[in-house]
Amino acid sequence: MAEFRRAYGAAPWHLLLLAGCFAVTGWIALRLAGEASAGRMLLWFLGAVIAHDLVLFPVYASVDRALRRALGRGGGPSALNHVRIPALGAGLLLLVYLPGILGLGDGTYRAATGLAPRAMLGRWLAVSGALFAASALLYAARRLARRAP
Amino acid sequence: MPASPPPPDDAPAAAPAALWRGLARHRPPGVDAADRAWRSPVRGPWLTSVLGAVLLATLPLVVVTGLLDWIAYGPRLGQAFPRDVGWLHPPVFDWPTRPAWLFRLTQGLHVTLGIVLVPVVLGKLWSVVPKLFDWPPARSTAQVLERLSLLLLVGGILFQTATGLLNIQYTYLFGFDFYTAHWYGAWIFTAALVTHVAIKLPRLVSALRGPGYARTPTGRTRPEPADPDGLVARRPGPATMSRRGVLALVGGGALLLAALTVGQSVDALRRTALLLPRGRRVDDGPTGFPVNRSVAAAGVTPEQTGPGWRLTLRAGNRTVTLDRARLLAMGQHTAVLPIACVEGWSTTQTWTGVRLRDLAALAGTAGPATARVRSLERAGLFREAVLHGGQVTDPDALLALRVNGVDLSPDHGYPARIVVPALPGVHCTKWVAEIVFDG
Repeated sequence: MAEFRRAYGAAPWHLLLLAGCFAVTGWIALRLAGEASAGRMLLWFLGAVIAHDLVLFPVYASVDRALRRALGRGGGPSALNHVRIPALGAGLLLLVYLPGILGLGDGTYRAATGLAPRAMLGRWLAVSGALFAASALLYAARRLARRAP
Repeated sequence: MPASPPPPDDAPAAAPAALWRGLARHRPPGVDAADRAWRSPVRGPWLTSVLGAVLLATLPLVVVTGLLDWIAYGPRLGQAFPRDVGWLHPPVFDWPTRPAWLFRLTQGLHVTLGIVLVPVVLGKLWSVVPKLFDWPPARSTAQVLERLSLLLLVGGILFQTATGLLNIQYTYLFGFDFYTAHWYGAWIFTAALVTHVAIKLPRLVSALRGPGYARTPTGRTRPEPADPDGLVARRPGPATMSRRGVLALVGGGALLLAALTVGQSVDALRRTALLLPRGRRVDDGPTGFPVNRSVAAAGVTPEQTGPGWRLTLRAGNRTVTLDRARLLAMGQHTAVLPIACVEGWSTTQTWTGVRLRDLAALAGTAGPATARVRSLERAGLFREAVLHGGQVTDPDALLALRVNGVDLSPDHGYPARIVVPALPGVHCTKWVAEIVFDG
């Protein structure tokens, strides 16, 4: 047992568990391999990881770094989180409701329901604006409270 | 300041030792810079474990409700997509009709919770992202395999979230069958999740049992002691947000999404689903509730639904034909029932019509095993639906002729549509032409 542990790097149950996990995935891969769209599925699966780890994360981390540099110093209450939080809120809404905001599903929606799609971009901008405005008001209030004797 | 020293080169290495030692020694350009770039002092086992615990409590609900929705479609009747799932076949049962809000609840939870958890998933990934750029990427075969399983875990959750979000927003960019992809994606994710939880649960428990950081304000926020997983930054910068601040931020994001999503499922809050296609009524009249598929989209013409329309009932060799006046002259039953779409939105309305069991009796079968309902619709995946016996004989199972005190509108299925408690919306066939009772 100790020999196995040394050679493999973990206990035998660790290997068993992972073997089970890969068996499920392998079986699914074999099953879907015959589908004409299997390549696309794989592309979207791996693409989702790349899009998050190597695009979304570096982008928001870089923006945050720039923000910290610009707003991180100075006296009084820091404005940093008052920019960060509404920006993250607006970004989150954009990410989740992106298809609607860009109107990507408008054709399908119109064909299915017979209704004219509503312009979501303006709504997203309005909600985002409200988040920034509320945050700015709070910041102003905090600064005033700090100055008051 | 705590700093976790890199494991010494003479640490006992797994076999083949030369490989792992060599890998650790050959650091490609950039990894040292990446290592120094992680500055956040709040990353560490505690924060990762709190977010992990939240996901551990909630993601199984998303998985199970997803599976239940497949069962609600009726795999026994050959109606669940994908149809042939091989041995990845959960135990199936006839979907009950009670409580009437069952499908509304399971599907509403599946979609709403799936959306609400997006910031928690993103926060969890943020808390562990330095591991991705770690060097060496592995120190043993065990770590290589575990990292591969993490690719399935992260790919799985992102794939499921992306395909689900695109589907409910009518964006079929991906060019593959949504049902097939979302079904198998769920299994890949679930297998990877079970594996991950089994391996990491002891870490989660010990981190949450250790000193808590929930009350530490930003000014006193310090990094945790170095951890064996290397989550704690080696060169942390000053805290700009406390751990509870990070949790409040993640929770706030979840609340924001919840506030903008629940309107899909709650009639009184419909308009608050500002950014979703189902956050609206068609008009303010009694038939103004949302339409999944319009009469025009279904290709059903006014001639087909006009005075010439007949409903055909079949059971064995017996055939009964009824016009709408005959149906209205039969005993009418009114039921307040929700109708819920697989896309997560739902609405409750007051439906009036003939009980399906009365129609079965009229056709000559008191307790049919199934009823096959056909629409006037010629194309479309759901132009035909099979109900099981319980769905036919439920006292509130209706061939609805009227809704909210008026005739059905063309878009809601005039002259007649099926409404059955807890039945998925797509099986509540509209513009019914024929019902075949079997058994």
